[in-house]
Amino acid sequence: MLGCLAPHPPHVVYAENPEQNEAFAEGGWETLRWGYHRLARKLKSIEYDAMVVFTPHWQTYIGTHFLGLPRFKSKSVDPVFPNLFRFNYDITVDVDLSEAMCESASEAGIVTQMMRNPDFRVDYGTITSCHMLNPDWDKPIVTISSNRNAHYYSAEVMNEQAGALGGACARAIEASGKRVVLVSSHSLSHRHFVTESPLPEDMSREHIYNHSQYVWDMKLVDLMRGGRMREVIDIMPEFTEQTIAETEAGGLTWMMAAMDHPDYPAEIYGYQSVIGTGNLLAAWDPKEASREIVL
Amino acid sequence: MSGAEILFGIYCPPHPQPLLSPDANEGYGRLRDAYEACREKIEESEADIILIYSTTWASIIGHQIQAHPEPEWVHVDDDFHFLGSMPYKFRMDADFAEGYREAAEARGLHSRTVSYDGFPIDTGSVVALKLLNPENRIPACIVSSNMYANRAETIVLGKAARDTLESQGKKAVVVVVSSLSNRMFTEHIEPSEDKIHSPKDDEWNRKILEFFADGRLEDLSQLSREIHGQIRVQKVVAYKPAWWMAATMGQHNNYQGEVLAYEALHGSGGAVITLTPSTDSIGDKEFDEDDVEFYRGDRSVLDKGMI
Repeated sequence: MLGCLAPHPPHVVYAENPEQNEAFAEGGWETLRWGYHRLARKLKSIEYDAMVVFTPHWQTYIGTHFLGLPRFKSKSVDPVFPNLFRFNYDITVDVDLSEAMCESASEAGIVTQMMRNPDFRVDYGTITSCHMLNPDWDKPIVTISSNRNAHYYSAEVMNEQAGALGGACARAIEASGKRVVLVSSHSLSHRHFVTESPLPEDMSREHIYNHSQYVWDMKLVDLMRGGRMREVIDIMPEFTEQTIAETEAGGLTWMMAAMDHPDYPAEIYGYQSVIGTGNLLAAWDPKEASREIVL
Repeated sequence: MSGAEILFGIYCPPHPQPLLSPDANEGYGRLRDAYEACREKIEESEADIILIYSTTWASIIGHQIQAHPEPEWVHVDDDFHFLGSMPYKFRMDADFAEGYREAAEARGLHSRTVSYDGFPIDTGSVVALKLLNPENRIPACIVSSNMYANRAETIVLGKAARDTLESQGKKAVVVVVSSLSNRMFTEHIEPSEDKIHSPKDDEWNRKILEFFADGRLEDLSQLSREIHGQIRVQKVVAYKPAWWMAATMGQHNNYQGEVLAYEALHGSGGAVITLTPSTDSIGDKEFDEDDVEFYRGDRSVLDKGMI
């Protein structure tokens, strides 16, 4: 398993102008997009069978849900940024792997459910992260919903339960014999501006919401560079509360637990604010031979 | 205060069970019957527009207002996808949406209309419009619930709705889509075993229903922060629907309230309530939170008093 922290502001897809998206941009957010290009090239160079995505934008309160049909074809319109993201998608799902993870999680005592409604619309977080990591869309995916334990209980409960889910998913992946890219789809600090510039890609207007968020984000980047992922997860509740972070959904905790909390350096591909939020693109490559110091 | 004409208000829950599985539980059926009673009341009214504030349409970039004249899609709920799909085609009042945006901006709010094919209309709005206005006899307008907005912004948003109704001379039925207590069970339950999640939630819900039945909408608005702390899961900063509803309907307690149904929806409190303006005055308390007419944004408190 290789893991990617892959933020999903729809702005990066918008700025790429792929044929699937209806909106048109003059560019923008190059630091993130160029990082994505480099990580996508790395993924092209390795062999894997599926991407498994944990997304904050399929929010469930009754357990954790898994996509359970082989194909989803529709249009995703971002409810917050419909002016930027109206993406026609055609997605293949690895249902066998999805069912195996669902069953493994259920055996671990986690409330689970397969999602088998053909009209279900795949969330824009999944689509953005997957498109930027694999614009050819030539690998099947599995999307896992985010159970909102942080809302119902606390960030500490979220951390525990997302970790348990990660362990269960890892056991299912290992049993399947498949090679998987894990994707934790979210920003770090997540306080947005509530206004948008007339030209969204006007980079003269883009900056982090406040310095406190930046300092916290950099604290995590430093720990990741040092291979101290256990420590990152231990302080996750504090980080989440201090920066209104999108880690509240449990994605990074899930992925680190599935990867047994790497003690090797993360590959850092880029950090940039998008409408005030802090977005880090990073990867954890367990193979020392192919692991790089990117930035 | 402007002279907007609000015929009556409806408070109803966002969950899909009354639409998709009304026979799975007697309570879901009673909620469905209550929606039906509201539908008939709307049809008998002279309403020009159904104006919806939905707590399940969260926005970030200001306050979004649906302006597509005929939005059409097949909607599926994130949690209750197994109950089935919700195909819809609605009729929206795009002129009102534009007017509402202008009125909101005139009061200092950031606002924008959305008019895109395939825009994801939220579960709560879909359920409300399919049950309250199934034949699209009356055009509608939906406004989002900004996740960062607090009291001042929400009150002003309600006043902007009144401004628009008055300037366009339209008579409205106001619909707020929101649970009472919103803690659901976090595991699967049989519909026949559905109940309010806790006695505390039930007790608070019934107290809120007493206020509604007495027509004390402004008192509920004043109690909003307490309600949020007591029985609302902390997904957003505040319990906002009572603020918007009270501001839109005139900020007083002179309504005839009718609680048509109160039932559990996977543990949360779902009630269908009507509030019709009347001449009777209920209550003897003056309100202690400031009224606000214009939203001036952040007060830059963090930048003041620096040494």
